[in-house]
Amino acid sequence: MMLSRILATAALEFAIARRNRWVIVSVAMMMLFSLVLAFAGSAPAGQMAVDPLSVTVASLISLAVYLVPLIALLISFDAIAGESERGTLALSLAYPLARTELLLGKLIAQLAVVTIAVVCGYAVAAVVAFATGGVEAAEGLPALWRLVWTSVLLGAVFLSLGHAMSCLSRRPSGAAAMAIGLWLVMIVLYDLGLLAAVVADDGGTFTTEVFPWALVLNPADAFRIFNLAASGAVDAASGLSGAASSIAAWKPLAAILIWPVLAAMVARLSFQKVTP
Amino acid sequence: MTILTLSKLTKRYGDACVLDEVSLTVSAGERVALLGHNGAGKSTLMKLVLGLIHADGGTIELAGHAPGSAVARALTAYLPENAAFHPAITGREQLRYYLRLRGQPVKQADELLEKVGLADAAGRRIGTYSKGMRQRVGLAQALIGGPRLMVLDEPTSGLDPVSRREFYTLLDELAASGTAILLSSHALSELEARTDRMVILSKGKQVAQGTLADLRADAALPLSVSITPKAGQGERIAEAFSGAIQSEDRVTFTCPPADKLAVLERIAAQRDQIADFDVHAATLDDLYSHISKRAA
Ligand SMILES: Nc1ncnc2c1ncn2[C@@H]1O[C@H](COP(=O)(O)OP(=O)(O)OP(=O)(O)O)[C@@H](O)[C@H]1O
Ligand SMILES: [Mg+2]
Repeated sequence: MMLSRILATAALEFAIARRNRWVIVSVAMMMLFSLVLAFAGSAPAGQMAVDPLSVTVASLISLAVYLVPLIALLISFDAIAGESERGTLALSLAYPLARTELLLGKLIAQLAVVTIAVVCGYAVAAVVAFATGGVEAAEGLPALWRLVWTSVLLGAVFLSLGHAMSCLSRRPSGAAAMAIGLWLVMIVLYDLGLLAAVVADDGGTFTTEVFPWALVLNPADAFRIFNLAASGAVDAASGLSGAASSIAAWKPLAAILIWPVLAAMVARLSFQKVTP
Repeated sequence: MTILTLSKLTKRYGDACVLDEVSLTVSAGERVALLGHNGAGKSTLMKLVLGLIHADGGTIELAGHAPGSAVARALTAYLPENAAFHPAITGREQLRYYLRLRGQPVKQADELLEKVGLADAAGRRIGTYSKGMRQRVGLAQALIGGPRLMVLDEPTSGLDPVSRREFYTLLDELAASGTAILLSSHALSELEARTDRMVILSKGKQVAQGTLADLRADAALPLSVSITPKAGQGERIAEAFSGAIQSEDRVTFTCPPADKLAVLERIAAQRDQIADFDVHAATLDDLYSHISKRAA
């Protein structure tokens, strides 16, 4: 009974995402950028990675860190605020539909969109890698698989954070602004801030004690570090890559696994405060 | 059998008392209309009944259950005011969704849409619907699963006169099958003979409750009488009725409902000087504005 209500909500939400062109826009964005990277991908070549697919994966990591959270936030910011403004939230909540079920249904549908976008984007890059590198590229498949599932989890984190923004602002326009702000802070400013602090600290206790934890605590950085460390590649695009090798792999992995749950709980708590 | 019981229901927003000790019951098969000016508290009362917001005082019972509880939600259908369904989905998809939420077979969607006259538009996106058509999607979802209680917030807003009549016929059928109906409206005139009882709210207070006949008798609004005298007889007629005002070709005055027969007798007595006459009872709109004014 509960499952059927969640799935009904997910099915409707997915239909809306499809009609709203979110699916097509997300897939197009991922494919376009992946394609560009796949062709230009040999430039920041990993020193240990030898096969062309691993090289491509290494550059896809930096792309995903920016693009996956952005896509997730764009898809999710309207979820509650939009229904609240249209007046259908009151109706949904008058039905025998729990708030958790409503939120989970939307999350599942939107996660499906993110997954489709990620898989399509990476598939294009992989096809290019195989076309240029031949069977040798098969060695990079484990790294690609790791990139896929971690990207989906990263997407889940930002979908839930988008839902939280949607609940807190009530209006779609406000939620959109908050979502973009969140993306800037967590994806761009956070890293810049850490970098500035490391430079100012000049090898002090911040760099050795706080910095590794600060990296792991941000889901996007954890995603980057985990993928880089696991594939043994060096990320030329990020100034933070030096730290990646010094952090035990289980820490970012734990962050990647815990964050989706944590973010979903934050969204659920924010939803509790919404009166239709 | 009483389905809905409100007792001394109070709701405040900050310092403003939006509902002040409102008490009300709705029985199975009964149609009760909530009336009141903008901001009187009608929608607030309904949201309290649905458990969407919580009261600051008083109690609500829904067939023995608390509002918002799983059982109460399963028994209740709701039509919010100005619900705008997502424009990207079709009426059929929207109805199927709500059917699935209630655990009903989705094939009923077309049947329900036909009931509200949307059979032809079922496969079209709601974004292409007219205002009244969107309102009907809301009505269709409220019919799902034969609810014990229907809470309808301005259900006829946006409907044309013919659709309104069809809608009230639908309500009659539901009430006959035992559904308790609580609806709000701004038009007392459209509710005549369509509801069993009216509750009038003014600034959160319940100022009147009863059948239309009760309200009429209680208000005792005067009748207005208008007489067209024969040529040159105006003065004499005006003198014959106390308080009468003579205008060009008419003499008008009011009388209490109790004096109606006496007035008719006097008109009959003056039949030689009178060409024509009319007696108007107070309209429902007069009655409504009288009750609202008395409360203020
Ligand atoms: N969330 C809220 N915060 C503060 N005041 C509110 C809130 N919701 C409603 N009110 C106030 O409560 C009063 C009653 O509002 P309500 O929506 O119940 O009126 P209504 O009778 O349905 O009016 P209408 O006929 O315009 O629909 C209004 O004065 C409104 O401003
Ligand atoms: Mg209202």
